[in-house]
Amino acid sequence: MSSGHLTTPWSASARPVARRGPVHPDDVYRVVLQALGFAVLAVAALIVVECARGAAPSIRAFGWHFLVGTQWDPIADHYGALPYVWGTLVTSGIAMLLAVPIGVGASAFLAELAPPAIGEGVAFVIELLASIPSIVFGVWGMFVLAPWLRSALEPWLIAHLGFLPLFQGFPFGLGVLNAGIVLAIMVVPTVTAISRQILRSMPRTMNEAALALGATRAEALAVTLDAARPGILGAVVLALGRALGETMAVTMVIGNSSRISLSLLAPGATMASVIANEFTEATGKLYLASLVEIALVLFVLTLIVNALARLLVLWAVGGRRDVAGAA
Amino acid sequence: MPSTKSFARLAATLAALLVVAGAAGAQTLTGAGATFPYPLYSKWFDAYHEKKGVEINYQAIGSGAGIQQVKAGTVDFGASDAALSDAQLKDMPRRVLHIPTVAGAVVLAYDLPGFNGTLHLTPELVAGIYLGKITSWNDRRIVAANPGVSLPAAPILAVHRSDGSGTTNIFTSYLAAVSTAWKELVGAGTSVSWPSGVGGKGNDGVSGVVKQTPGAIGYVELAYARQNQLPIALVRNRAGQYVEPSLASTVAAVNGAAAQLAKDVRAPIVNSASPDAWPIAGLTFLLVYQDTKDATRARQLADFLDWAIHDGQEYAEALEYARLPDAVVRVNEATLKLLSSGGRRLVAVKG
Repeated sequence: MSSGHLTTPWSASARPVARRGPVHPDDVYRVVLQALGFAVLAVAALIVVECARGAAPSIRAFGWHFLVGTQWDPIADHYGALPYVWGTLVTSGIAMLLAVPIGVGASAFLAELAPPAIGEGVAFVIELLASIPSIVFGVWGMFVLAPWLRSALEPWLIAHLGFLPLFQGFPFGLGVLNAGIVLAIMVVPTVTAISRQILRSMPRTMNEAALALGATRAEALAVTLDAARPGILGAVVLALGRALGETMAVTMVIGNSSRISLSLLAPGATMASVIANEFTEATGKLYLASLVEIALVLFVLTLIVNALARLLVLWAVGGRRDVAGAA
Repeated sequence: MPSTKSFARLAATLAALLVVAGAAGAQTLTGAGATFPYPLYSKWFDAYHEKKGVEINYQAIGSGAGIQQVKAGTVDFGASDAALSDAQLKDMPRRVLHIPTVAGAVVLAYDLPGFNGTLHLTPELVAGIYLGKITSWNDRRIVAANPGVSLPAAPILAVHRSDGSGTTNIFTSYLAAVSTAWKELVGAGTSVSWPSGVGGKGNDGVSGVVKQTPGAIGYVELAYARQNQLPIALVRNRAGQYVEPSLASTVAAVNGAAAQLAKDVRAPIVNSASPDAWPIAGLTFLLVYQDTKDATRARQLADFLDWAIHDGQEYAEALEYARLPDAVVRVNEATLKLLSSGGRRLVAVKG
């Protein structure tokens, strides 16, 4: 039967009939969900508080100099975290430089160009990469990638780009470059899977409009990618978060040296790797406190990177509300 | 709502269970610490359980963590490759005794493709390599120590431990003993600031890097080098002899320091003057409180320690650990006589 105006049966104002009794189910529902939500926040806050408490002796002893100090000396009981901050930033930077073009390119291929059957198959294999344990990547990096770097890539880099300080030194295979490549392979699935979802959720009208206006397929793809930028940035941030914190794979291939070097062929260390290496054997209050302070610095760094990325996404979205969400 | 009576019955049953569990718990001792002697300790705990029925639970979490657990009182004994310093001993709530169980040798494994001899190294060479002063295999100083063999012109990669370890402690103690430059610049300890080279995690990490990288040299426990069939360097000891690292030369190193060990069992045994001694050796220790409140646990621990330093030594050589020479066993027996519970000395059980 038609009526004068439309009513939706499930409008927001329709509620189940309130039961007479002390507690309403909806209130229980709300309270439980709020508690669970706050529990997550509470755990995060607890981590920060415990790290800060554990790091207190080191913060008192070194202050700001901890972040710029270059000497990590357990015998002299003097600690500076700059080599590890440097190592973390360099390896994550290399990983992003390699993973983002490959990941976004792969996702564009899978979402726009590949026939559905191939697309699903390749996507499955890429997502399989994400489920490989990181220690396996570490072993692969040490026994497969390092010899190849030592005999093929690094000598080539030294021969052709050796005038840059980035590629000076002896090719031993293990080092910052090795760690960066391993990290890149580990985060490519994250970038690809999420970017592919973003691209698939883009409205087809944009693509079709570009083609109707005479754009080539490549140009239409460029339009879609441009509109999907906020979502893809979100994927990159997630990948960067993983790269910053990756421990076992990096520990096995980075060479574990607490000296800062401009060369990508040199060994280095990251914040996560130094904690993994030294925490169990650390004796001495200041030593332990310094390691906990490194954990705190890593936490804060991840927070800053995520916040910056959020701001970047908001800026990229601007006033456009019709594009893929950055949530 | 359960009645008060049934609640009381439930509480009584739980209490009874706890008492029984508590009594049964006296049959299990706990320990934590070093990973180096873990294969041997694991064998010991099995054998001792079969013999005496006492179960011993050991967590190989590392010497440093073991020391922390002893300090916190959560374990009956700790295991450490490095003896506690005077400062660390003062930090402990009560007096801690050191009981060396076995000795280990730290060796220099290398990978030099094309080199068909056995590498001879002097203490100065070892220190120079790890200080980063000697960077090439055909440096004239290395050539001088290895006459008649040709060394390749490859750069040296000095591999060290990236994690804190007793092996590092023994090796850096040796370097500090033979090189004043090392002593001033770096020092000795389970974790140091290395002037050069790369780090591998664990003995297996270092062996892995050495095996994979031509031109690498690294320090590992003798057992690892043997199992991975890595070429091992001969090192000249204080008496001027180029000694091969073996269980026999390790025992010689311990014997060479017997007099010092009798005075303080923590005395380092590196760089021994004895002619057959391997210069880079060290003892591994069990750490126990002299006084344990619980008499049953104290007695069980004392029994186990007595078994370990006598019967337990039979298992050492098969697993590539050097057994304690008689002199050190005597020192340990004297230490065990100091164990007490609640202030009263335990009678040492003859094993």
